[in-house]
Amino acid sequence: MIEVKHVVKSFDGGEPVLKDISAVFEAGKVNMIIGPSGSGKTVLLKSIIGLHRVDSGRIEYDGRNLPDMRMKDIRLLRREVGMLFQGAALFDSMTVLQNVLFPLEMFSPDPPARQVERAKFCLRRVNLEEDKYGLMPSEISGGMQKRVAIARAIALQPKYLFCDEPNSGLDPRTSLVIDRLIAELTREFGMTTIVNSHDMNSIMEIGDHIVFIEHGAKVWQGSRTDILHADCQELDDFVFASDLFKKIKQSSTH
Amino acid sequence: MLASFILDSIRTTGRYALLMRKVFARPERGRMFFRQFVQEVGKLGLQSLPIVIIISVFIGAIMTIQTKLNTENPILPAYTTGLVTRDTLLLEFSSTIMCLILAGKVGSNIASEIGTMRITEQIDALEIMGINSASYLILPRIAAFVLMMPLLVVYSMAIGLFGGYCVGVFSDIITVSDYLLGIQYAFIPYYIFYSVVKSLVFAFIIASVASFYGYYVKGGALDVGRASTSAVVNSSVLILFFNLVITNLMLN
Ligand SMILES: Nc1ncnc2c1ncn2[C@@H]1O[C@H](COP(=O)(O)OP(=O)(O)OP(=O)(O)O)[C@@H](O)[C@H]1O
Ligand SMILES: [Mg+2]
Repeated sequence: MIEVKHVVKSFDGGEPVLKDISAVFEAGKVNMIIGPSGSGKTVLLKSIIGLHRVDSGRIEYDGRNLPDMRMKDIRLLRREVGMLFQGAALFDSMTVLQNVLFPLEMFSPDPPARQVERAKFCLRRVNLEEDKYGLMPSEISGGMQKRVAIARAIALQPKYLFCDEPNSGLDPRTSLVIDRLIAELTREFGMTTIVNSHDMNSIMEIGDHIVFIEHGAKVWQGSRTDILHADCQELDDFVFASDLFKKIKQSSTH
Repeated sequence: MLASFILDSIRTTGRYALLMRKVFARPERGRMFFRQFVQEVGKLGLQSLPIVIIISVFIGAIMTIQTKLNTENPILPAYTTGLVTRDTLLLEFSSTIMCLILAGKVGSNIASEIGTMRITEQIDALEIMGINSASYLILPRIAAFVLMMPLLVVYSMAIGLFGGYCVGVFSDIITVSDYLLGIQYAFIPYYIFYSVVKSLVFAFIIASVASFYGYYVKGGALDVGRASTSAVVNSSVLILFFNLVITNLMLN
């Protein structure tokens, strides 16, 4: 479980980008941070992992407050963290298999043969065909890159999984594959998963707990079933920007 | 204008110093460091050999010809040309000029590689895994280049002298025996030591300054290009400055 309490973050003394945000992200659930472009989702996620230092507030990983930690301890904590970046961020000088193997080689106490086994297990788990293992990231499609990045993120069996816009640049079907994979893995390993998204399809597909932010402030939170009937104008404007969801709302209120 | 330039320089130097403090940390896993190190020795060191060879052999030959033409004076002994060529190679060309050339090749390579990793979030990915990205990426590059540079410099000296020898063999500008006498006459081994010391400092400057500009890239591909230009320009200026300092300390 990750608890965010009264987090404020600004850059170079400017206007705060995050304004007093509090939220609870539970284990075994897909928690989603949603909001329009520029609302501060990425900044919030990067603050939670400590890539940005917050101005004030607490970020508790099962009680351990990250802003209090020294770099050494943050690094130790991060070994329990997996992250899927917006652009996959695979190491482009390494093959697919080497990418997944990398965190294991860095930190796993297992002998090399076991590490390779584990890496292959993770790649199979994300349904990547064996003949792709030797290719470079630039030689596989965007959807496959995302899957490899997920395999790399779960290689060390993290307790916390972060995904920044897992669907950006993917077609709807591939998006669904990635979304379901994230949801399945979250339940399988009981991870605390936080997903950034502004894609309504994935929100309705996998969002267990949803935190809506706008202009850097939390406006609403709840479950995906609440989202259609929430009494919140900003959320309505965001959700029902697309006609499809307007129709869903109309049909469900009848 | 001047004040803001000075302030900027101080700020940049401070950021550079902070980065270096992060770089010189104990590697997470020795085996992983060693693997990176070997890779960089190949990429930064061995792959620089062809350019070192080509440039050194030509400069050695050209210097021999020009020196001979400029010292066409019966008072000057026959060994003059060889001696001047040798000392120029040993003192200045094979260390300083070679390093300036390699600042272009190696510096831009390092800055663009690390810069690309920055803008594609690969550095963030390393950090998220709990890895000290600065140390993981930069330390092997500095170590490899600092190790290889003196070898390249000594190699360049030998090849340069060989270039001059070729002039003796393939033309009648100078006789082989005059040249060989000249390059052995009043030989001062300390000059080689002096050049090696310089090359160690220059190699550190090239690798660390290029890493610095690459590591702090913000933006896109264009900014990576800009960073690698800044890396080359700034490390070249620093090389010239430290050349002056070291020469004052060691040859005065
Ligand atoms: N490093 C930074 N320095 C200064 N301002 C920043 C920085 N990173 C983000 N911001 C600002 O913070 C705000 C929120 O940006 P953020 O990237 O979190 O948006 P987002 O919700 O992730 O948007 P998107 O959906 O487009 O990814 C923006 O106004 C942005 O300009
Ligand atoms: Mg974002």
